[in-house]
Amino acid sequence: MRPEPRLIEVRKNVLKQNDVVARALRDRFRAAGVFVVSLVSSPGSGKTAFLEKTLTLLRPNYRVAALVGDLATENDALRLARSQAPVKQITTGTLCHLEAAMVQNALEGWALNQLDFLFIENVGNLVCPSSYDLGEDLRLVLISVTEGEDKPLKYPTIFNSADVAIVTKVDLAAVVEFSWETAYNNIQAVRPGMPVFQLSAKTGEGLKEYLEFLATRLTELRQSAAV
Amino acid sequence: MHELSIAMSIVELAAEEAERRGVQIDAVHLKLGALSGVVKEALLSCYEMACENTLLQGSRLVVDEVPVVIFCPSCRAPRPLSSVQLFCCPECGTPCSEIVQGKELEVVALEIQECVPNPV
Repeated sequence: MRPEPRLIEVRKNVLKQNDVVARALRDRFRAAGVFVVSLVSSPGSGKTAFLEKTLTLLRPNYRVAALVGDLATENDALRLARSQAPVKQITTGTLCHLEAAMVQNALEGWALNQLDFLFIENVGNLVCPSSYDLGEDLRLVLISVTEGEDKPLKYPTIFNSADVAIVTKVDLAAVVEFSWETAYNNIQAVRPGMPVFQLSAKTGEGLKEYLEFLATRLTELRQSAAV
Repeated sequence: MHELSIAMSIVELAAEEAERRGVQIDAVHLKLGALSGVVKEALLSCYEMACENTLLQGSRLVVDEVPVVIFCPSCRAPRPLSSVQLFCCPECGTPCSEIVQGKELEVVALEIQECVPNPV
């Protein structure tokens, strides 16, 4: 007898385990009627300030909550708690992204049917989170004007895993000579048709349009569920 | 850097197959899309580490890189993308957002040693 190499076909998705959990989460979110929005961006693009503002402005009219991923600290959760919305921290340790199972664990004991919006803030990273479905309805990718207009070209994968782009810190646009047109064209180059909002969590500029967009999406979700 | 956890998932998946089939695996063949979010070089170096003290120790990871193919609504045909920085049809220039392939992260085959009778 002599050994001979042979190929056996298997076809298995490496991230199947994550995808299975993500699908279960999505079913659970659908059944509860909660609209789930996740946020990805590089560190320092203003995710937490943006989310704090979002929670504060939505809270008078909607039931909102947030999960926030952070490598080591609880600073973000403490900041977000100022909005008075329920907030839970997911400390990822050295892990650079959230996975569906972490979201599932963090939501244990939560009555999701008591919520209209659930926000999930991913770890600041424009690479790793792109591979992991968290069961969300909408993924927002944030870029701040201080990062430059070419972020979409440098990280096309994350833009392709997201649904909507948010340009933050527009109050600083003039100071850093940020070109909205260039940034918009770069986003459209890597993800044609992607809706883009430009806003400032500090001055409130542009937040109205974005919040109306979220409200419309929630209404659509509930209408389609009712059919 | 999430390639180590990806590599560990690959090893886990392959080891399960090896155990189930009662075979020794020499190589794992992986399809890796250009938009999978995983870097080939980083994955290869993590793979060796992930294999240590498992059934896969000493095995190779064979990566088949999959380019992005989009569907052009004007040509009504799938077209290979010339750059991930520009999601446009290479033939007619229409912006295209429908991705046909390029997100793969999939173990497609396992290479094993099989004992065959010596030729007479």
